[in-house]
Amino acid sequence: MTNCPTLIVTVGLPARGKTYISKKLTRYLNWIGVPTREFNVGQYRRECVKIYKSFEFFRPDNEEGLKIRRQCASAALNDVRQYLTEEGGQVAVFDATNTTRERRETIIQFAEQNGFKVFFVESVCEDPDVIQENIVVSLGSPDYTNCNTEEAVEDFMKRIKCYENSYETLDEVLDRDLSYIKIMDVGQRYLVNRVLDHIQSRIVYYLMNIHITPRSIYLCRHGESELNVNGRIGGDSGLTPRGKEFGKKLSQFILEQGISDLKVWTSQMKRTIQTAEALNVPYEQWKVLNEIDAGVCEEMMYEEIQDHYPLEFALRDQDKYRYRYPKGESYEDLVQRLEPVIMELERQENVLVVCHQAVMRCLLAYFLDKTAEELPYLKCPLHTVLKLTPVAYGCKVESISLNVDAVDTHRERPEKRVPVPVPSAQ
Amino acid sequence: MMRGCSSRTKIAQNQDRAVCMTNCPTLIVTVGLPARGKTYISKKLTRYLNWIGVPTREFNVGQYRRECVKIYKSFEFFRPDNEEGLKIRRQCASAALNDVRQYLTEEGGQVAVFDATNTTRERRETIIQFAEQNGFKVFFVESVCEDPDVIQENIVQVKLGSPDYTNCNTEEAVEDFMKRIKCYENSYETLDEVLDRDLSYIKIMDVGQRYLVNRVLDHIQSRIVYYLMNIHITPRSIYLCRHGESELNVNGRIGGDSGLTPRGKEFGKKLSQFILEQGISDLKVWTSQMKRTIQTAEALNVPYEQWKVLNEIDAGVCEEMMYEEIQDHYPLEFALRDQDKYRYRYPKGESYEDLVQRLEPVIMELERQENVLVVCHQAVMRCLLAYFLDKTAEELPYLKCPLHTVLKLTPVAYGCKVESISLNVDAVDTHRERPENVDVSRMSEEALLTVPAHQ
Repeated sequence: MTNCPTLIVTVGLPARGKTYISKKLTRYLNWIGVPTREFNVGQYRRECVKIYKSFEFFRPDNEEGLKIRRQCASAALNDVRQYLTEEGGQVAVFDATNTTRERRETIIQFAEQNGFKVFFVESVCEDPDVIQENIVVSLGSPDYTNCNTEEAVEDFMKRIKCYENSYETLDEVLDRDLSYIKIMDVGQRYLVNRVLDHIQSRIVYYLMNIHITPRSIYLCRHGESELNVNGRIGGDSGLTPRGKEFGKKLSQFILEQGISDLKVWTSQMKRTIQTAEALNVPYEQWKVLNEIDAGVCEEMMYEEIQDHYPLEFALRDQDKYRYRYPKGESYEDLVQRLEPVIMELERQENVLVVCHQAVMRCLLAYFLDKTAEELPYLKCPLHTVLKLTPVAYGCKVESISLNVDAVDTHRERPEKRVPVPVPSAQ
Repeated sequence: MMRGCSSRTKIAQNQDRAVCMTNCPTLIVTVGLPARGKTYISKKLTRYLNWIGVPTREFNVGQYRRECVKIYKSFEFFRPDNEEGLKIRRQCASAALNDVRQYLTEEGGQVAVFDATNTTRERRETIIQFAEQNGFKVFFVESVCEDPDVIQENIVQVKLGSPDYTNCNTEEAVEDFMKRIKCYENSYETLDEVLDRDLSYIKIMDVGQRYLVNRVLDHIQSRIVYYLMNIHITPRSIYLCRHGESELNVNGRIGGDSGLTPRGKEFGKKLSQFILEQGISDLKVWTSQMKRTIQTAEALNVPYEQWKVLNEIDAGVCEEMMYEEIQDHYPLEFALRDQDKYRYRYPKGESYEDLVQRLEPVIMELERQENVLVVCHQAVMRCLLAYFLDKTAEELPYLKCPLHTVLKLTPVAYGCKVESISLNVDAVDTHRERPENVDVSRMSEEALLTVPAHQ
């Protein structure tokens, strides 16, 4: 029933955002549950040629350089094959310039031999400001550790020049049988050709929604709730006095941040709505931001769950990500229903999301590229705001406690391997 | 309090500021020669947007022209040198735009689809100015196609049935229509990457083989692009049915996760036979993650995919209750539900409106797929059916979806042909009509008048 694996192939001159796109796409696909890995040929080259000397390595007439680069591409493709056929990978992102039709043809043949579908992602950009910005990111590469900025920029520009003459962009006629998306001018325009299946359709939708405009995303939970202080999970209770205090402090904090045009989102549960009310700004309620449904365990204390459902409790500790409360949800379910939130967060700019512990863990895991194993144990304490700002290939996180006491609702994974209690023999 | 109100956007209750959270309305404008699928796309897009809760209406200029020029004579009306014809067509376009304005500014419309050829830059400029004056965002949808087979198919499927050609034979009609297309070809100015770089648009080429997307401005345009990129016109059929009769069904109880009764299992077998007889190539089978749909699909002996989002509507505190018990324990809730069955949300449960939200990815994937059998549940099936048959939110919760009956949906022309096939296995009736009295002060008997018989 498994679809054949997909090989995503980037295309484009240096400093066009290929690695940015590769890493982001990989993060997104893994988060929604599609095992994906990126293979950056530059990395392979750095492992092969220990010390980077200069752009001369990339000159089209540098036989030695060409040989090494071909070998590196081959090594990377080999690892791609292993990942997709033996390690359970579903998608591999082959991140390199791939600027000639010849190189792309080699990859297509490789994919055909192995039964992989190929989808090209080309980034075309001639905006000098954007390219300059990108180069700044590239300067953080190990290639330029020992250069000053001016030298590095100069060398990098010459590196780009090495590719320009032989660059064959994906062509509407010559490449009409290939599946690809051509992203032009950082997403102003897209050309999409022959989308073959569901995953390619999702990839196209995702790539068309992301942007690189600087902004920040603020994540926090509702203020402390009545059920919180009683050690109970779920439910739909209101805020305690301390929770209301948090609302006020949050309002101050938001003002101090001086954010232009901040969107505020809440769930449809009382505690997040009450928290947002204190902000005195318009906000949007999303049902899909509601806390994880604990089914039969709703409003119970952990002690009660242990009493009434010891088996369930143990099973949950064994696999907290996939475990589904009877008549409830799992973290895995939560990720599914939060996907439209992530998609809209990608479209938006400055957003504050007032949500819940499990929900916040899922969203955080997306931005910080956490695994399914780590996700259910991420620390998201009450009365603390996480400010996420995209930077380079990842996300900067600032944790700001608003200094209002609250109960701790974080339950760590128990130390020893939890044995599943055997029901006593009758 | 948010009783029964589950809309996604809610304005903060602040009396001092009437801050408008509603985005400004969107005017979708089709572009393309005749027989390029503009009306097909317009109608389908309108149906989709309405189903997901965005009030949308289409305005077909050809309709306006037919109301103006009662009898269509020939393609000569469309000749570019026909002054009289041009005058009438301009008036019709204006009349349509006037109605667009009224719909978007006074009737609560969110999206209007302006369906006409709009093949010249001049005409499009007029529309852009109109939109600017009224504060509407404009998004163009152009369909470009030179495949003669596709064009021929379009003409046969939809044009020949048009009121314009009621009194012609096929040959005459096709010939006239081809000449009609010719009238537009010389002045056709396709959306240009350079000249139109500041416009927001999607250019669909060769029935979806290739797309050019320019300047998508907001969420709704992004959703429209995603939808248009997922639909196709390959002939296929979608089969909808419920699980076989379940234990809770026979006891008149709603929700839960029970298994099939012997009759329910019989249905599974009959369904398997039916599927074989249909001789469908490459049928995908989808179920929910509840026992009763899985057990039904198991009888088919083919691979199937389980979707959690296909699970039945969550009746919250009323799960596994009989209607009589709901009337006993929650008479207020019961009445409120009868008052607005689409938006009503069971306490700790869901509304039909919520269901539509969670079923959207199913619809999107159904659009991508070809032959599919969806084994689901009463409320879920009503939602899916409403999408295909363009039913309103008021009609949706009362659509008849009896057990042991398969609905075969086949796209045809601008809509969907429905065939209802009962597999002749008896089952309890689970359909509860809206009672006469929905007042909260009603008597028990009045509330229970329409409850179907059960054990």
